[in-house]
Amino acid sequence: MNAGIPLEYFLILATIMFFVGIYGFLTRRNLITILMSVELILNSVNINFLAFNRFLFPHKLEGFFFSLFVIAVAASEAAVAIAIIINIYRRFTTINVEDVNEMKF
Amino acid sequence: MGSNQIMFILFSVMIVVFSILTVTSRRILRAATFLLFVLVSTSGLYFMLNYQFMAAVQLTLYAGGIVVLIIFSILLTSHINQKFEEPGNKKIIFSAIASITGALLSILTILDFKFSATTQAAQEVNMRLIGKSLMSVEYDGYILPFEVISILLLAAMIASIVVAKKSGPRTDTQTLKQE
Repeated sequence: MNAGIPLEYFLILATIMFFVGIYGFLTRRNLITILMSVELILNSVNINFLAFNRFLFPHKLEGFFFSLFVIAVAASEAAVAIAIIINIYRRFTTINVEDVNEMKF
Repeated sequence: MGSNQIMFILFSVMIVVFSILTVTSRRILRAATFLLFVLVSTSGLYFMLNYQFMAAVQLTLYAGGIVVLIIFSILLTSHINQKFEEPGNKKIIFSAIASITGALLSILTILDFKFSATTQAAQEVNMRLIGKSLMSVEYDGYILPFEVISILLLAAMIASIVVAKKSGPRTDTQTLKQE
């Protein structure tokens, strides 16, 4: 299935996706969009792990299981982050990061 | 040009275009939908790499679970027609410089490096092998990270319930203290 596509193409694609996520992380102000940028970054890292595993070590499964566990960590991270975001919204009625500058009152 | 190369180009163009739209769209619900497209095309890439189980996990967990969670929280916290204000020009320019420099550096390093593939025969990744590796305590087994991730998932579930729970107007301990 992957004949004719060099490993470098997958890596360049994942690099572009990673830095688009970084750009979104730096420019966005809404907490949910920041979370979406983090999901982009985690996803690009998964592509890297799977491409390395398929092209360089096809007789092992290390990259495969690493990306499986990355997906599990991303799922739990999203659940906790959204719980915190909803709590912040309840207290401040906004989820703009620049308006949420008090931790306790 | 073979059919798999055409498919790869299609998936890459979709991933790049929709990721850029995800981080630049000014309507938050559209941004979430573009993120869904990115995740579905990524699962197509996993199918191209012959990791069918991983692609299924990507579709069900990422595209099915996390995006739905994000869309629910968007509907709970913002108005649908609300538009973001543009971030300042200075912020856009400096973030773009930082990301483009980083991307160029990484791409040049990737193109410069000589990857040497192994000569060993490829292993077929089927469900039986995945299950056996997850449960195995041998050298190639992954039982320890499997157990750790199960505890992490339990802790995250309890933590999100505790954090998002509506706290009552006054709990018992507070009333006791005041009396």
